[in-house]
Amino acid sequence: MQLLFALLAGLVFGGGLILSGMADPSKVIGFLDLAGKWDPSLAFVMAGAIGVGFLAFRLAGRRANSLLGEPMQLPTSRHIDRRLVLGSLAFGVGWGLAGFCPGPALLNVAVGGGKVILFVLAMLGGMALFELSAKMFARRAG
Amino acid sequence: MTIDWSNFTPWSSLAGGILIGIAAAMFILFNGRIAGISGILGGLLRPRKGDVGWRAAFIIGLILAPLVYGFFAPLPAVHIDTGAGLIVLAGILVGVGTRYGSGCTSGHGVCGLSRLSPRSMVATAAFMSAGFLTVYVARHVVG
Repeated sequence: MQLLFALLAGLVFGGGLILSGMADPSKVIGFLDLAGKWDPSLAFVMAGAIGVGFLAFRLAGRRANSLLGEPMQLPTSRHIDRRLVLGSLAFGVGWGLAGFCPGPALLNVAVGGGKVILFVLAMLGGMALFELSAKMFARRAG
Repeated sequence: MTIDWSNFTPWSSLAGGILIGIAAAMFILFNGRIAGISGILGGLLRPRKGDVGWRAAFIIGLILAPLVYGFFAPLPAVHIDTGAGLIVLAGILVGVGTRYGSGCTSGHGVCGLSRLSPRSMVATAAFMSAGFLTVYVARHVVG
């Protein structure tokens, strides 16, 4: 059941990305291009998603378990540190360069062609680099 | 600033955003998890027992979405103007950055802002500003 709902959530999320236009990197770059011809569409995507999300997370916050009986795994960290800011800045530069964030990139893996595959492989490489460095730091600290 | 009226799609973008919100709502209410895509994918690179299935299922759903969507409506075109070298650099920055920053547009931008998390507000402000600045430099300074 848990797997089925995860698959469904992925499908609906992907459908939303396509309908919203955000599956197309040029549309995302159109939003990020404040000094050029600016396309405000992404703000409407965020408004729609956060409107629904706000209600859902308020409901979720009152429950100890999910509807399928899984423990509710809400983030607990409240720490605003250098890692959070520097990591997000690096992500923003990559996002601006290609117009891809992780969702739309994965979404296009089967249909988007060579450059999408190249981006996803590089993204996985970047994530692996993070895992490696986290392991190295843990070893040094331990 | 001039508005690009020819590409502006308020209604389909709002509707798509609502669908994204419904997906995030389903995922937290049924599975008890945050629909943060970089976190879901990143966790697969550090596989732990009992933690792989739901991650893989979500990602497979995302990858199948265009194929299912295509049954009902024509798929919009995808334009990638960035060259291969910059695509690789961008991919590495997105991969490293989302893991160090503990989230991306879905985890911090959608789920975090919905929870009114101060951490996610800072992260979203950081990646949005970096995105605006990068496109400004790429399109109006260098390009």
